[in-house]
Amino acid sequence: MLPDPHSLSGPLDPAPEAGWTDAPPRMGFFTDTSVCIGCKACEVACKEWNDVPGSGLDLLGMSYDNTGALTANSWRHVAFVEQSRPAGHPAGVAGAGPQFLGMPGAQPPGRAGGAQGRTDFRWLMMSDVCKHCTHAACLDVCPTGSLFRTEFGTVVVQEDICNGCGYCISACPYGVIDQREGDGRAWKCTLCYDRIGAGKTPACAQACPTESIQYGPLDELRERAAARVATLHERGVGEARLYGHDPGDGVGGDGAFFLLLDEPEVYGLPPDPVVTTRDLPKMWKRAGLAALAMAAAAVAAFVGGSS
Amino acid sequence: MAEAHPVGFQWVMEAKRRGAKVFHVDPRFTRTSALADSYLPIRAGSDIALLGGVVRHILHNELDFREYVLAYTNAATIVSERFVDTEDGDGFFSGFDPETGSYVQDSWQYAGHESDSGSGHTAQERDTAAGLRHESHGAQVGGQTVRDETLQHPRCVYQILKRHFARYTPEMVERVCGIPREKFLELAEAWTANSGRERTGVLIYSVGWTQHSVGVQYIRTGAIIQLLLGNMGRPGGGILALRGHASIQGSTDIPTLFNLLPGYLPMPHHADHPTFDEWVDSIRHPGQKGFWGNARAYAASLLKAYWGDAATPENDFCYGYLPRMTGDHGTYQQVLNMIDGKVRGYFLLGQNPAVGSAHGRAQRLGMANLDWLVVRDLFMIESATFWRNSPEVATGEIVPEQCRTEVFFLPAASHVEKEGTFTQTQRLLQWREKAVDPPGDARSELWFFYHLGLRLREKLAGSELPRDRALLDLAWDYPTHGPHAEPVAEAVLREINGYEVATGRPLSAFAEARDDGSTAVGCWIYCGVYADGVNQAARRRSRHEQDWVAAEWGWAWPANRRILYNRASADPWGRPWSERKRYVWWDPDAGQWTGYDVPDFERTKPPTYRPPEGASGPEGIAGDDPFVMQGDGKGWLYAPSGVLDGPLPTHYEPAESPVRNPLYRQQANPTRKVYAHPVNSVNPSPPQEHSQVFPYVFTVSRLTEHHTAGGMSRTVRPLAELQPEMFVEVSPDLAAEAGLAHLGWAHLVSGRAVIEAKVLVTDRLTPLRVDGQIVHQVWLPYHFGFEGLVTGDSANDLFGITLDPNVLIQESKIGTCDVRPGRRPTGPALLDLVADYQRRAGIVPGHPAPTLTPGALAPPAPADGAGKGRDAS
Amino acid sequence: MPEAEFTSYYGRPILKAPVWKWDIAAYLFTGGLAAGSSLLAAGGQLTGRPALRSAGRVTSLAAVTASTVFLIRDLGRPARFHHMLRVAKPTSPMSVGTWILSAFGPAAGVAAVAEGAAWLPERGLSGLARRVLPPVGHAAGLAAAVTAPALATYTGVLLADTAVPSWHEAYPDLPVIFAGSALASGAGVGLIAAPVAQAGPARRMAVAGAALELYGSHRVETRLGLLSEPYRTGSAGRLLRAGRALTALGVAGALLGRRSRTLSALSGAALLGASVATRFGIFHGGVASARDPKYTVVPQRERLQRRRAAEG
Repeated sequence: MLPDPHSLSGPLDPAPEAGWTDAPPRMGFFTDTSVCIGCKACEVACKEWNDVPGSGLDLLGMSYDNTGALTANSWRHVAFVEQSRPAGHPAGVAGAGPQFLGMPGAQPPGRAGGAQGRTDFRWLMMSDVCKHCTHAACLDVCPTGSLFRTEFGTVVVQEDICNGCGYCISACPYGVIDQREGDGRAWKCTLCYDRIGAGKTPACAQACPTESIQYGPLDELRERAAARVATLHERGVGEARLYGHDPGDGVGGDGAFFLLLDEPEVYGLPPDPVVTTRDLPKMWKRAGLAALAMAAAAVAAFVGGSS
Repeated sequence: MAEAHPVGFQWVMEAKRRGAKVFHVDPRFTRTSALADSYLPIRAGSDIALLGGVVRHILHNELDFREYVLAYTNAATIVSERFVDTEDGDGFFSGFDPETGSYVQDSWQYAGHESDSGSGHTAQERDTAAGLRHESHGAQVGGQTVRDETLQHPRCVYQILKRHFARYTPEMVERVCGIPREKFLELAEAWTANSGRERTGVLIYSVGWTQHSVGVQYIRTGAIIQLLLGNMGRPGGGILALRGHASIQGSTDIPTLFNLLPGYLPMPHHADHPTFDEWVDSIRHPGQKGFWGNARAYAASLLKAYWGDAATPENDFCYGYLPRMTGDHGTYQQVLNMIDGKVRGYFLLGQNPAVGSAHGRAQRLGMANLDWLVVRDLFMIESATFWRNSPEVATGEIVPEQCRTEVFFLPAASHVEKEGTFTQTQRLLQWREKAVDPPGDARSELWFFYHLGLRLREKLAGSELPRDRALLDLAWDYPTHGPHAEPVAEAVLREINGYEVATGRPLSAFAEARDDGSTAVGCWIYCGVYADGVNQAARRRSRHEQDWVAAEWGWAWPANRRILYNRASADPWGRPWSERKRYVWWDPDAGQWTGYDVPDFERTKPPTYRPPEGASGPEGIAGDDPFVMQGDGKGWLYAPSGVLDGPLPTHYEPAESPVRNPLYRQQANPTRKVYAHPVNSVNPSPPQEHSQVFPYVFTVSRLTEHHTAGGMSRTVRPLAELQPEMFVEVSPDLAAEAGLAHLGWAHLVSGRAVIEAKVLVTDRLTPLRVDGQIVHQVWLPYHFGFEGLVTGDSANDLFGITLDPNVLIQESKIGTCDVRPGRRPTGPALLDLVADYQRRAGIVPGHPAPTLTPGALAPPAPADGAGKGRDAS
Repeated sequence: MPEAEFTSYYGRPILKAPVWKWDIAAYLFTGGLAAGSSLLAAGGQLTGRPALRSAGRVTSLAAVTASTVFLIRDLGRPARFHHMLRVAKPTSPMSVGTWILSAFGPAAGVAAVAEGAAWLPERGLSGLARRVLPPVGHAAGLAAAVTAPALATYTGVLLADTAVPSWHEAYPDLPVIFAGSALASGAGVGLIAAPVAQAGPARRMAVAGAALELYGSHRVETRLGLLSEPYRTGSAGRLLRAGRALTALGVAGALLGRRSRTLSALSGAALLGASVATRFGIFHGGVASARDPKYTVVPQRERLQRRRAAEG
């Protein structure tokens, strides 16, 4: 019933795996946060094109982020991180650099003494989006077939099928897909399935003024991203690193991957996401054992005694 | 730039990608700073000190592009011996008239030209914002000038400049601006290293730079740097303004300004220009060199376009119909006149002064005192609902039932719902197609004015009154189309371009304009945009199908020229300065100028040409004088006339500042325009008493998420939700000092108003150490008002009205205030709080502090000459 | 344990907390109860303990009916519940569960209906039914019992096959806990419904179920490192502690109350209560782990460091 071991994890070309014959090349996003100017044109363009409802008129006080997170009503989300790092702090060391621990408190993030430390003040911006995982847990666990793999290798919810069971929401290791209040169904980025099917660029990438969001064949994007990281490293931006580009990672690589300037969790991304269904065979096995134990216990209860 | 012009900022990012180093100077750390290689926090209002520091850096280290400077600027020109610099006059140039607070410019002139100063006494020029006239050309300079090509003469411009900026050392920059000197030097070195023969640098500013009481002088300082570095008239050089709207360049070319007619022809003044001839001569200055010599043809053709058959040479082309200026009709004077009941009706188109203009309360009180007000906008904006919903209704100053203004709101078509052109900062006209029909009753501006004109003429049809002739004689016959009789926009463009009256043939160039009534031209500088009957602005030839100048994309005025004064891209002998920066050059074999662009020079005038004695007009321009619109053909490092507040920029403090001017006893620009009106006031600044009542500096600007006064963004959900509340950004230090909490409330008090905002405590703002004093700056977005999906108090309410003397633009980027925790009072208590602050600060409404700092003026004797040390008394 | 040091985005959760409401936790209980009581019924049926059989069958039908109601209620679009039947996906425990429930439900229903045969008139068509129903009910009861262990344990996979940290990492133990909890709740029904003479198997089932449940719970509360924390703290911690206490009471009562119908019934109720508390405890522990970015970041960060260390 569970054929190829890679059908649940590991490198894979998802569209043919999903049964598409003659699938076009896998398409995706490369979001280069080193050139993101935080203009949020991606958020607006996405909402306009996809007719996504409003997501609330509240001031969050999280720098210039008043969207807060990817939700059913925000399929692009620009994160803003204000950081003041003490001078000489080695950037890019794994696990290093968290000046902001846990809860936000009354103080803004990254406050550290006045004018002196300002040279190392950073304001990171990053446009987050659905990762369109190679191994998409949301799709795997969907009980209705509402979520499906497109010929472009992307993952899309069919709004006429979804019955709002909410399983995909718990399954997503990135916290992307979300239930819409008052609607009940799950919603997320479609990578503008309707646009790319017509040969157009997704709305967010089209609107991005600085090419922070790049759309194209994933293979090409991965090459471009590797070159960009190399360039940045040459220019002394040692902290530049890719996220979600590696087909060997826990989700088999993302269809939408990123160039980050700090650890993923700084931007609200999981540092080492794993598709939950990778462990599903083991889970079924454990469930089977438990079921046997249960049956055995029941049998024993009836045959083992006298009263 | 990333904040207000994210789309344009892509090219900065592109440059960065190619290895450019990006510097960002701003009072607060913005999204631009985030992407810059180096960020320099600056005290708002101190830019002349910073730029002056760059000028000094260039001159002191002799980093100017000497051959360019010598040949193409007025560096070598000798200035009158009567000229006294601010450095010798303790903040005053020679010729200051304390009575009017303005200059007599005779002593500023080039040596030998003292008597033919065109400007003379400038008090009236200030009232009519005459500086705007010079947007397309310099002020007049007659005849030949005396020069010292060695630049050694103590009164040559170069030496004057050097002395004037000698005090703008890196230490002084640090003292005045709060920028560490190392950071400043890094900037100055990068700028100079990237200019010269092989490299050019461009200066791009956003119009917030102009909104200061010394706004024009900010730009002037930038111009001096660009001229010294050889960055004008060359590819990759220049000075460009990023406008706040899509076609602000267009709205000065074909102006929405009280003092200009299309093509920078001045609006006639009732006293100075009683006849057509006097008016025309005041533009073309008979005997002057340069291209304004043909002004009579431009003026006659304009009037011919207005009044068609009725305009004849015999009746001076109906010159008598033109309205006349009688003084200051600027927008702020208008508002005060409204408050005083001197204005009956008002049209407001695509503007939201209730939120967007300085001193919002004055704006709203003024609009509440009209007979009628017509508002045309996309959404129901504050300027249409102030009578029932403004802060003044809460305080009881406006009572809806009693407000006498009858407001007519007319929905307007947006830019995608009508066709026409945008003119952008490079003077490029780009045609825009209509994408969708406007909804409901929304109509284009073109439709509105055309049909308004038709109805007015219908109503006046039988009139015998002479005053109605101007309307009835108008050529008002545009073709229309569609169910709403929309005028054909291309027909208007054709009229703007101009045509031969007899045949209707569109003109190809403004040289074809005639002063005999045989041509009609709506805007002479746009002549050629409809050449050959083709809409040249609609050209969209791909950049891959033409060279990098892309001359066939849209159309640039004048004459489709992409870079003005491009003769300067070649050396005095007509050879490119360098292969890399090759642009326009002299082809000796063909005997003409050639290159990638349309040469901004008479095509066949060789570099060796020298004008005969007494030559005027274009003939007076030598073969190596690239600045052909200037009277002397030179780029002006020093402006002998045309700039009302001084031939050189110099640092004055903003009208409201917590800092004493470190350079002069004179605190602020002595020629700034101040209105003594009861509604207006200025917060005290040192050395005045009580300046500590308003201890903090506030500055305002835009957020990417909103557009100006918010009429097009607070009304649109996907935009409104991105910045949903009014807020004030404060540094952690100020938050601690003032007792403010992140996301808590604060209110800000000035002598005019009190507003409230949510607090964002952020390291992106930092206190500056200025002259040993800690200066706290707070930042506010100016997008909020009381209508729309998201509302909040308006930052512009805090400002008073103080204007730049040249163009009457308001100082609305800096003011002083107090910051207090918690929400503001409401109702009458709000007025009490402001009154209390006024009392404590010694402000008497209607009696602004004198523009002259007490004890500052020690006028030097006119014959003193230059070169003396500063008066130490 | 010292406060874990980690970075997050304004303390915001990385994951979306499950949108499942209390009815899913309730379903975990009723589904288990249905499974446990159908086993009890089948045992009673095969060993001639009619009280256990009929109580088990009726409880099973009631519980599976409640389960269906809870499941449909929780849907964002309840009217589309039948979309669950469009596909059968082994990668989706919910799909698998749907089909298990689809097999179990009718069987449990028929078995319970067959219990009514004795009340039918003896003549005519109903007389025929009166004769046919018991054997059909026997077959259906056995069918339900065969499906029951799957019904009881798949829910462990349902929770574990998510990104919810404390659920996912508990995947080896959740089916065990749920199997035990199902047995114990089924036993509870037997203890309440059956006379002491027939209740022997129920007592033994209670002991076995309690053992499995306590063993599994102990493992998730101790074995998962940081991810055990949500099961020990907050409402989840309180619920699981209550569950443990009730289980202990129930088992003790079951063993000591061989002679007392009242004590047996009380211990049966305690076991049912224990099962409810345990299910809600496990449910809330997972939700809490999704709501705090700590439980997402720290284990993943540690895993990365281990991997990097291993790579050299």
